Amino acid sequence: MNKISIKSKRVPLTGAEAVAEAMRQVRPDVVAAYPITPQTPIVEIFSKFAADGLVDTEVVTPESEHSAISIVTAASAAGARAMSASASQGLALMVEVLPATSGLRLPVVMAIANRALSAPINIHCDHSDMMAVRDLGWIEIFSENAQEAYENMFLAVKLSEHPDVLLPSMVGLDGFIISHGVEVVEIYDDEIMYNFVGSRKPQLSLFDFENPITIGPLQLTDYYFETKRQEQEAMKNALKIYLEVGKELSKITGKDYPYFEKYYLDDAEVAIVVMSSTAGTTKDVVDELRKEGKKVGLLKPKLFRPFPYDEIKEALKHTKAIGVLDRAYSFGANAPLYTDIRNALYDLPQRIPIQSYVFGLGGRDIFKHQIKDVFVELLSGKISKEEKCIGLRE
Amino acid sequence: MEVKTIRDLAQLQTDMGLKFVAGHRMCAGCGISSILRTVLSASKKPVVVVNATGCLEVVSTIYPFTAWNTPWLHVTFVNAASSASGVETAYRALKKKGIVKEDVNIVAFGGDGGTYDIGIQALSGALERGHNFLYVCYDNEGYMNTGHQRSGATPFGASSTTQPAGKISIGKKEWRKDLVKIVAGHNIPYVAQANVYNIMDLFKKATKAFDTEGPKFLNVLMPCTTNWVFPENLTMKISRLATETNFWPLFEIERGVLTVNVKPKDRKPIEEFLKLQGRFKHLFSPENKHVIEVMQKKINEDFENLLKLEKVTHEEGVRI
Repeated sequence: MNKISIKSKRVPLTGAEAVAEAMRQVRPDVVAAYPITPQTPIVEIFSKFAADGLVDTEVVTPESEHSAISIVTAASAAGARAMSASASQGLALMVEVLPATSGLRLPVVMAIANRALSAPINIHCDHSDMMAVRDLGWIEIFSENAQEAYENMFLAVKLSEHPDVLLPSMVGLDGFIISHGVEVVEIYDDEIMYNFVGSRKPQLSLFDFENPITIGPLQLTDYYFETKRQEQEAMKNALKIYLEVGKELSKITGKDYPYFEKYYLDDAEVAIVVMSSTAGTTKDVVDELRKEGKKVGLLKPKLFRPFPYDEIKEALKHTKAIGVLDRAYSFGANAPLYTDIRNALYDLPQRIPIQSYVFGLGGRDIFKHQIKDVFVELLSGKISKEEKCIGLRE
Repeated sequence: MEVKTIRDLAQLQTDMGLKFVAGHRMCAGCGISSILRTVLSASKKPVVVVNATGCLEVVSTIYPFTAWNTPWLHVTFVNAASSASGVETAYRALKKKGIVKEDVNIVAFGGDGGTYDIGIQALSGALERGHNFLYVCYDNEGYMNTGHQRSGATPFGASSTTQPAGKISIGKKEWRKDLVKIVAGHNIPYVAQANVYNIMDLFKKATKAFDTEGPKFLNVLMPCTTNWVFPENLTMKISRLATETNFWPLFEIERGVLTVNVKPKDRKPIEEFLKLQGRFKHLFSPENKHVIEVMQKKINEDFENLLKLEKVTHEEGVRI
């Protein structure tokens, strides 16, 4: 790594603490969040920052996630930098407002400690929460570890507030596994990180009485479609701006911020595609199999919405078999990440065999030997149309 | 200027310029613009308006037109109170940083659907958190924007499309929620009930509300010509009869002390209010005679109770 900034410190932090640190450095005007396991420490830690005067943020403690998202949406419409955090049922309770936040083009940023959806009630990690809301106009970024979660928060704020984007973002971190696991995290200097995002410069404000604006009017058959088309264009812009913002962040951290991480992928015969913390486990397996001379690799998507179809197609086109590991179902259809990867490969002249695996629902552990089994299966060419499960008692 | 008469109020509104202008698509005979103009003209500061989904939002902002000459925000149906909380919080944050310099008032408008029913949790949370804003419920006693479905504000005995009168139904079997008491239960500094016919009373209440720090709440009756089913020229008459029959008493609760603002000398029988409206037509068939009797009894008891509350809060130091 080409390390440029010397103004940083390495401290052991949980993912939740790292996210709260990022929020402190971003200096939001308004934070409103409702506690929900495993997101709770984020809002608790940030509230303590405010109580100790470390931030001058106005913290609101609403009676529900529905009000939390309403408060940050309205605060953002009023011109404030507004942030929240949630998980699982909390995100589900926000669903009514999420498309309004994006439809109103408000750059709210939320951290999501990914957790399974009820029923059965379960507090542990999977991606069913953020997958369920993937079509609502929010940018979605998934994090492998606490360090990525920390840095993704800055990317998200700057990307969301970019005048060519103006869409809200969610940054996912695996519930408990990342939110509560302690890692050494490199925290950069407060001033440097604040200057990276700068203050929010809203184009419109609810407090401009010389130029009063109507935000959130009724659009019927004659205008609604054009407005939604603009939102789709903004998502396309986000794909481009994400890389630009990443390049700027590189100047501070010395790291790269691609759409996805490639790990021994360029010469890999077979590849696993998996997001978040399981990608870290997969890297270990890749290391072990590479030592045995097996040409295996990993593609770890980071930016999930907008989805970088062309770039993923290019990155995978040389492989002979691909396994996609989803931590969520799409009931009655193919799993969400698998669907998008398969879509991305459609334009290739050849048809690469691709196998769908679902794993880790409700926090079910996944082990290295299971990931190794996937690679072995891919190398042996045993690809089926069946959606396979990892670690399931049949 | 001091506003003592309705003429003074008209002058004030003319001088200050309208914040809600002509061109909206309200039904003829709707009372909403009278409520809006009266409430908004009571604010001595610039006003930001937050609106729940409902009649008002739908008819005033059909893109690319808007009737709002003051900043206005609509997010969804449920969240007028939580959105107003967000605007108010942003205001405090930006004022503190010197980004916003002016003093402002924030007012949320919601119908009874957005207030009594789907929005009540957001309202309760906002009141408990103590945001400095005024919430105005324009209560037309049902989901009128979508053609008169029943709400928690629909009165006993009214026929609605989701609880219609029929061979074995009197229409609504339940009493309406007492929203003002529910709101007062949050111990906020100012809660009042008003009625669109009495513009001066509404203006006084809105003025008091804006001059009070913290959450404030006004519940304003607004007859709906379309769904209560009466001719457009009777809006104010029916509104007045609602208070003259004690169906809709005018009162206010200031820091727990209740005052009844209008005490009809010769209380009119409830039939006078009911008989002008299509939604109560079925109550005048012989088999439903008892329904009107039950309604009258309840109205009498409720008003007596209100007078007792006035007495004990004024004379005995009891607080609501």
